[in-house]
Amino acid sequence: MVMSKPKITVAVSGLNNIDSPGPGIPVIRALKESTEFDVRIIGLSYETLEPGLYMHNLVDKSYSIPLPSSGMDSLLQRLEYIHSKEKLDVIIPNFDAELHSFIKLGSILKSTYNIATFMPDLETFESRHKSVLYEFGVQNEVKVPKAKMIYSPSEIQQVGLELGYPIVVKGKYYDASIAATPEQAVNYFHKIANKWGLPIILQEFVSGNEVNVTAIGDGEGNCIGAVPMRKLYITDKGKAWAGISLLDEELIKITKRVIANSKWRGGCELEFIKSQKGEYYLLEMNPRFPAWVYLAVGCGQNHPEALVKMALGQKVNPFPTYESGKLFVRYSFDQIVSLAEFEKISTLGEL
Amino acid sequence: MQLNKNIAVSENGFIFNPVSGDSFSTNPIGQEIINLMKEQKDRKEIVKILAEKYATDAAILEKDLADFFQMLLSYQLINGHE
Repeated sequence: MVMSKPKITVAVSGLNNIDSPGPGIPVIRALKESTEFDVRIIGLSYETLEPGLYMHNLVDKSYSIPLPSSGMDSLLQRLEYIHSKEKLDVIIPNFDAELHSFIKLGSILKSTYNIATFMPDLETFESRHKSVLYEFGVQNEVKVPKAKMIYSPSEIQQVGLELGYPIVVKGKYYDASIAATPEQAVNYFHKIANKWGLPIILQEFVSGNEVNVTAIGDGEGNCIGAVPMRKLYITDKGKAWAGISLLDEELIKITKRVIANSKWRGGCELEFIKSQKGEYYLLEMNPRFPAWVYLAVGCGQNHPEALVKMALGQKVNPFPTYESGKLFVRYSFDQIVSLAEFEKISTLGEL
Repeated sequence: MQLNKNIAVSENGFIFNPVSGDSFSTNPIGQEIINLMKEQKDRKEIVKILAEKYATDAAILEKDLADFFQMLLSYQLINGHE
């Protein structure tokens, strides 16, 4: 007798499968391959040209949602409407900038609509923020390059003297550039601030190889899964276009320690530099799955499926192993979209 | 000289270091040397085997082997201990 899988409806954001991709589509692919659930996907979009909107083999129905700057009330109203149509079981938000709102709405979504999320609490979420990452590193026993948050280019001179050059100039959520001189740092300050706003973070430069980990914690200190990856091909935006899973026990040990100490709840990406001496420096902890999370599925760990299970209150045991030496290679693909579809999402906010 | 743990070498001489994520291609002779290392042969034994098989001067072979080991060392494929 063939047992049918329980049907669930999961709303996912981050459908911007572009050259600097959001994690939505890889998360959806992982969920569509779930061995435990039959998943109907509701896409949540911010823009009408997010490619995921038109991927009907992966996204069953899409709705536009208000930008985080519109405030939580308008987001809640919109989610209420979407829920009235789709009966959502779980929401997986995938944008850094929207997570704050979703974390705050998490308890209302659960108590009023029985919609589950699986995210860290606000305090843990804030504790790994770029501006306080150094303190996070101290608390979690992981090396972090020194950093200072600044609001004016006039502060660059002083901070540059403290941290030395080259120095890394970073946006609050996105973007980073390496400045060799104070003049370059001022230039990058303006570029990044114009795009992403203030503050800007100045970080000590550590040379070495970048290695990243996609991981998931259960909120009780257990690391449910972790897969390290090295980028093999990097786009001009610094994004991985190809990468390979690594066998790195030390990196897994550090990841488990960070997840355990911070009691991280949900998916995350840890970005490290491995110095020439073999020391690991945590550069960033992104509070959601990375866009390359599907590599973890390819290596035998379906992190998005594990997240959905935990969101629904099921017990999940840590993955015992993963396969190293697996590559991902991205590609671009032109979808042909009818004007009628574009009109529908543009005018009605649904597709 | 020992190959580092978990270094994978395919039948075609494609070498993969799962710790660094680096991969390399080697020619048949390089592949043969690596296979001898996997059989725990030391430097002297490798020189002897290759010198007999290819009728080459041992001194030249010793020098070429030293260069090859230096390359493997720089790519973190072997440790530096004899």
